[in-house]
Amino acid sequence: MSGFLSSSVGKKYLMGLTGLVWAGFVFGHMAGNMTIFVSPDLYNQYGHAIVSNKILLYGTEAALILSLLVHVGLAINLTISNRSSKGIASSVKASGSKRTPLAAQTMIIQGTILLAFIILHLITFKYGEYYETTIDGVKMRDLARLMSEVFSQPPAVAGYVISLLLLCAHLKHGFGSVFQSLGLLHPSYQGKIKAASWAYAIVVTIGFISQPLYVYMMS
Amino acid sequence: MADKMINLTLKVWRQKSKNAEGSFSTYSVNKVSTDASFLEMIDQLNQELIQKGDDPIAFDHDCREGICGSCGFMINGSAHGPLKSTTVCQLHMRNFSDGEVLTVEPWRSSAFPLIKDLMVDRTAFDRIVKSGGYISVNAGNAPDGNAVLVPKPDADEAFANAACIGCGACVASCKNGSAALFTSAKLVHLSSLPQGKVEGDKRALNMVAQMDQEGFGACSTTGSCSAACPKDISLVSIAKLNRAFLKASLNKKPEVKGGEAG
Ligand code: HEM
Ligand code: FES
Repeated sequence: MSGFLSSSVGKKYLMGLTGLVWAGFVFGHMAGNMTIFVSPDLYNQYGHAIVSNKILLYGTEAALILSLLVHVGLAINLTISNRSSKGIASSVKASGSKRTPLAAQTMIIQGTILLAFIILHLITFKYGEYYETTIDGVKMRDLARLMSEVFSQPPAVAGYVISLLLLCAHLKHGFGSVFQSLGLLHPSYQGKIKAASWAYAIVVTIGFISQPLYVYMMS
Repeated sequence: MADKMINLTLKVWRQKSKNAEGSFSTYSVNKVSTDASFLEMIDQLNQELIQKGDDPIAFDHDCREGICGSCGFMINGSAHGPLKSTTVCQLHMRNFSDGEVLTVEPWRSSAFPLIKDLMVDRTAFDRIVKSGGYISVNAGNAPDGNAVLVPKPDADEAFANAACIGCGACVASCKNGSAALFTSAKLVHLSSLPQGKVEGDKRALNMVAQMDQEGFGACSTTGSCSAACPKDISLVSIAKLNRAFLKASLNKKPEVKGGEAG
């Protein structure tokens, strides 16, 4: 299999699989965070339930870290080798039906900003101020309080919205691309993948954007 | 025929040889019939250049019917120009308007070294075909019409992929200079048919290896290749190539050492 993994096709299988791990995670993360709309307490309880299940927590963290390392490593590797394969680019960019979609052209830029976002996001929340609260007699982290502190600042809200729009672009192209990379594209649903990738990217993005905006407006 | 005349300004990439410096030269081409093809328009310009004692613009062409795959260059950044499903030899000047400025450039890819002006060396494609784009079983004489049954969808798919003329527009329009569409068309063409299935795994492994070795890039699914393809080869072919490559990698048998099998 070593030949597989070092080939251009094999690298795209890995890129796609690791992207899918993250795409699944961001969907779950977005959906779980919706508890904030019910109540800060439910949000805290949801968070507490996750960190209390050590197997789930460490298992997920390990899968995410490993996937991100592979995804980013290959992103850099492929971007460099693809540029050298192209050599000199055409001096004019195609317009009309033969143009390359912007989202597809700028995956590495979106990805780099996403990586910075992921790190900042972890610093802000996971490794941020530890407030405590007691709900129904159980002591737990008061993440809702931290969230409302962070998102009472307009620059933080703006930063999140911009990063999430980039995530939208990344997911839109990525979700559509993954079917091809993994060899799953089929004429019977080829046309629907475009619509599905838009739908998925928009649901995740609007879901995520609604949360800081809601907290900002409530603060 | 109401052939209208238009005047154009062309910015053409001129480069004497592979290692020479290249640059754009600007030419005005006057009284171009809208019934002329793009290549005939360049012929007209070349005639003027020759009369002035200048070097004519070198470009590849052969059939001028859109079937041989010899012609091709970028017009304003689009491979084979703005129209879909066409080659530059079948692109007519009625698709352009009077006074337009057109930038004409060769295919850009490290795996297609430039020969001269708009001409590039596409032998890398030949080497990909040589690595597995053939069937080595002895097919004998033409078989009876219904001796080898091929389901209609398979026959259609093989035919759609066999339409690839190997012009290189896919590579040229790809930001990665990827040959995935070309390679997949050659593979799917053969591997959809009973005679081609036998060597399917070997074909997938060897063709992908050759494609990488030639220095073509990976596929980023931008779709520009299929959009520029004069024969509309579908992205689904690339998915099939990827799938065939995975399957072949999983099936790979250990090399048989010690000479050819009897
Ligand atoms: C939330 C995090 C992320 C998700 C959900 C995600 C998802 C995806 C998916 C699904 C793909 C499509 C893979 C394919 O074409 O088969 C992809 C491609 C890509 N990702 Fe990510 N990604 C994430 C983070 C990143 C980061 C941090 C980087 C880089 C620093 C990055 C760089 C790229 C690049 C360059 C591609 C395109 C590869 C190519 O051109 O073939 N991504 N991503
Ligand atoms: S010259 Fe044969 S395809 Fe254009």
